[in-house]
Amino acid sequence: MTDANGRSRTPVAARSLARERLQIALRSTTLIVGLAILTFWTVCAVFGAKITPLDPYADNLLATLAPPSAAHWFGTDQLGRDVFSRVIMGARDILIVAPLATLLGTVLGSALGLCVGYLRGILDDVVSRVIEALQALPLVIVALMALAAVGTSNATVVLVIGFVFTPLIARTIRSAVLIESELDYVAAARLRGDGPLAIMFIEILPNVLPIAIVEMTVRLGYAIFFVASLSFIGFGIQPPSADWGIAVAENYSLIGSYWWTILFDAAATASLVVGVNLVTDGLQSVFEA
Amino acid sequence: MIRNDAIPRDADALRIEHLDVLYRVGRRERRVLTDLCLTIRRGESYGLVGESGCGKSTIAFAAIRYLPRNGLVSGGRILVDGRDLMALSAPALQRLRTQSISMVYQDPGRALNPSLRIGRQMAEVFEVAEGLRGGAAHERAAQMLSRVQISNPQRVLRNFPHELSGGMQQRVVIAMALSTNPALLILDEPTTGLDATVEAEVLDLIARLHAEFDNSILFISHSLPVVARMCDRVGVLYAGELIEEGPAATVFGDPRHPYTVGLLRCVPTYGRRKSHGRLESIPGFLPTAGSITGHCVFVDRCGNATERCRREAPSSIDLGGRVTRCFYPERAPDLPLQRHDAPVPLRTPPAAVPLTAPLLRIRNLSKTYQVAGKPLQAVHEVWLDLGPGETLGLVGESGSGKSSLAKLLLGLSTPDSGSQIELAGEPLPPRAADRTRTQLKALQIVFQNPGSALNRSQSVRRLIGRSLRLVGLYGQPREARLHELAASVRLTERHLDEKPRQLSGGLKQRVGIARAFAGGPRVVVCDEPTSALDVSVQSAILNLLVDLQAEQHVSYIFISHDLNVVHYLSDRIAVLYLGRLLEIGPSEAVFFGPHHPYTEALLSANPGVEGHAQRIRLTGELPNALSVPSGCVFHTRCPRKLGGICEQQEPPLLDAGEGHAIRCHIPAAELGMVATPKRGGLT
Repeated sequence: MTDANGRSRTPVAARSLARERLQIALRSTTLIVGLAILTFWTVCAVFGAKITPLDPYADNLLATLAPPSAAHWFGTDQLGRDVFSRVIMGARDILIVAPLATLLGTVLGSALGLCVGYLRGILDDVVSRVIEALQALPLVIVALMALAAVGTSNATVVLVIGFVFTPLIARTIRSAVLIESELDYVAAARLRGDGPLAIMFIEILPNVLPIAIVEMTVRLGYAIFFVASLSFIGFGIQPPSADWGIAVAENYSLIGSYWWTILFDAAATASLVVGVNLVTDGLQSVFEA
Repeated sequence: MIRNDAIPRDADALRIEHLDVLYRVGRRERRVLTDLCLTIRRGESYGLVGESGCGKSTIAFAAIRYLPRNGLVSGGRILVDGRDLMALSAPALQRLRTQSISMVYQDPGRALNPSLRIGRQMAEVFEVAEGLRGGAAHERAAQMLSRVQISNPQRVLRNFPHELSGGMQQRVVIAMALSTNPALLILDEPTTGLDATVEAEVLDLIARLHAEFDNSILFISHSLPVVARMCDRVGVLYAGELIEEGPAATVFGDPRHPYTVGLLRCVPTYGRRKSHGRLESIPGFLPTAGSITGHCVFVDRCGNATERCRREAPSSIDLGGRVTRCFYPERAPDLPLQRHDAPVPLRTPPAAVPLTAPLLRIRNLSKTYQVAGKPLQAVHEVWLDLGPGETLGLVGESGSGKSSLAKLLLGLSTPDSGSQIELAGEPLPPRAADRTRTQLKALQIVFQNPGSALNRSQSVRRLIGRSLRLVGLYGQPREARLHELAASVRLTERHLDEKPRQLSGGLKQRVGIARAFAGGPRVVVCDEPTSALDVSVQSAILNLLVDLQAEQHVSYIFISHDLNVVHYLSDRIAVLYLGRLLEIGPSEAVFFGPHHPYTEALLSANPGVEGHAQRIRLTGELPNALSVPSGCVFHTRCPRKLGGICEQQEPPLLDAGEGHAIRCHIPAAELGMVATPKRGGLT
């Protein structure tokens, strides 16, 4: 800070925003617990079969549907495969598909939201109405029809979920951009001759980035659930993957007597969604501070 | 009104003894009020002045025991109406709040519940406080409204808050506050959000009600003139300490603390002009309350400071009826003037401005918005010329079209067809996007709110640097120019790498100014550049603007609601009302008359610390811009309305000599018959 004569002095309160946010983040139990859960599953996904006690794909017809024991902590499934190993291995596909789909949706949605929010006009009217129309449809049905049309694979699941999320994220970003556009710094940019692209992506984007990041984590939770649902009905990740959704689909008729064949997979899906949501809440409090 | 008679009637309305208040932020504790003592006697009006962050509002909240959750009274006592506030039980506190204290906040729009009719909200006060029901409560509400001079209480009672203007809302809030006839009425910046003419009316009303109800008043404000006018005694607050206190006339007439002295010197006084010399300013910046301990809170900014001030904190010294927290109260009046490195820039007198070759020529400028299918004339047929190096002041209330005019000039909104703007003889395209680089460079703006004017994600270096691209500078020359610019607005190297949130309001505004001057502009629009700033910072910014003008011979269009500031800076002044030009002319002529009745009302509403005779007050409300009055747009509020002609015919802009023109049916000679105020005693 300076006084009227330009003498400089160290301000008491001026700490950098990044450091302040980091401190808040480190103090947030919600964020830490969420990150711990995510880290756990990420490690599982990355190392997969390298860290499982048994081969997740090896069947053993002599030990089918064995209850949890010292040899098989989570028991075995209909083919005698070790459930514990399969739960660990099952993190891999969903942790590739869901984040990629979310990232695609966030990038496309942010770009679209920036354009319609800043340029307004007819483009905005058209896009906004289309988004509203899309929101009236159940997203799983839309995705299902699209996957039925293009054929299902990990890549098409990423694309379809990404496109389905795009309008939702665009809407959030658009409303944030509307507020930013009214601020004087945007007028100042126009007065020095900056074009619309420069104003959108250099001036406004950094200021709506925190919103995009929070929105992305919210969507990630949905995406995990979305992918699991698609896998469950056979349009998501395909066998022989150890995916949790597939496991639940294959074994749900056994729930009465062989609960271990689906409980751990279901719990794994739930814990991942909870972990993501905890991170979302934590990030929100960090950015709001 | 009947109150609990057990309370001694002679007790002081508010007595604060050695109050310490802490705020807990994270794990740290910040002391926001330190050893604060003040007493408001029965029937007295006490003014508390101070700049932002000094703890004014904390005192108000402490006085009703309503501190934020992280606030804590860590020492001292607060006695309201003779009762110790901190010792009260919850029901007793509730009773005290309903019966003995009322509070009026700055923003009346937020004090009223938007979804309830005024009648419902006011009746509730009587239901809770006096146990009245239905018709009786409603009746009392209507009575209260007429006491705050609302002419049609029944209609207002049926209205929702959003149907009332800001001034009316604040009257309703004041009426509600006075309903229980409280011993103490706390007014926290009650007129800050209001227009000058409305503010004057509300202040008149408060003064009248104070005489009538005989309550004690705690009047909190950042405005010295307002407090000087309204209060018997004043306290000056700085960084959480009451640094001076005494009768209003003595404190402002003969201050005994260097901060008070500095503060009074900063304000451009009535009639002062830039040709009289630079404004004084207080060096340094405002500390946050509680950041300074162990020595005098003002020592870093004080011209009288000695070694002793740096070693120990002064305690309050009683000077007989007044108190100051300074070791050397007798030296305060001789506080050394700020040493200015630049000589006082004396501009050529305004008459010498060559009107033959204006730099900016505005012809028939209009802007009509369509609101719900109806035309709204934000700016209507404005003709203006701006000479090179000239400053044109633009005054008017909110909704007068000042900012709309600025936007049109800058090309941020498109004028109606038929409008013409010429820069240096060449027509200017209406949209900024269609203007050439040279034209863009030539016309720049300093925004009102430095918070929103600077992109919060960019460093100062980047903020200024991006504007330099307009000049076509890159690499080393750009870096050099950037440093030169930063130095010219008195920013240091260190600031270049900081983000806006790390800068104080004054520093942010300097960055905004640097950006406007980056391309070597010929006209800079200053849209209320100091209204978001504290008084002690304002003068430094005004000085900077004057210096830059002298150096670069740039023209200013200076928009402000503060007439003293406009008069200080401007060579000519234009008065706008409902988007129309009502008066234009050399500063002196507009300020000292003869003037348009509206200008006269604006001037009357303008309080000065030294105070001057109040002349006329406007009644009625600013007409809705969607249904502009016929004939002279001002006739609905004009105190000098002639009659039918004003309602039917729009008066022409009549020449009053020497480039002074007034849009009124009354001839200039006759307008001047009203006693004009004496010129300010400044030399």
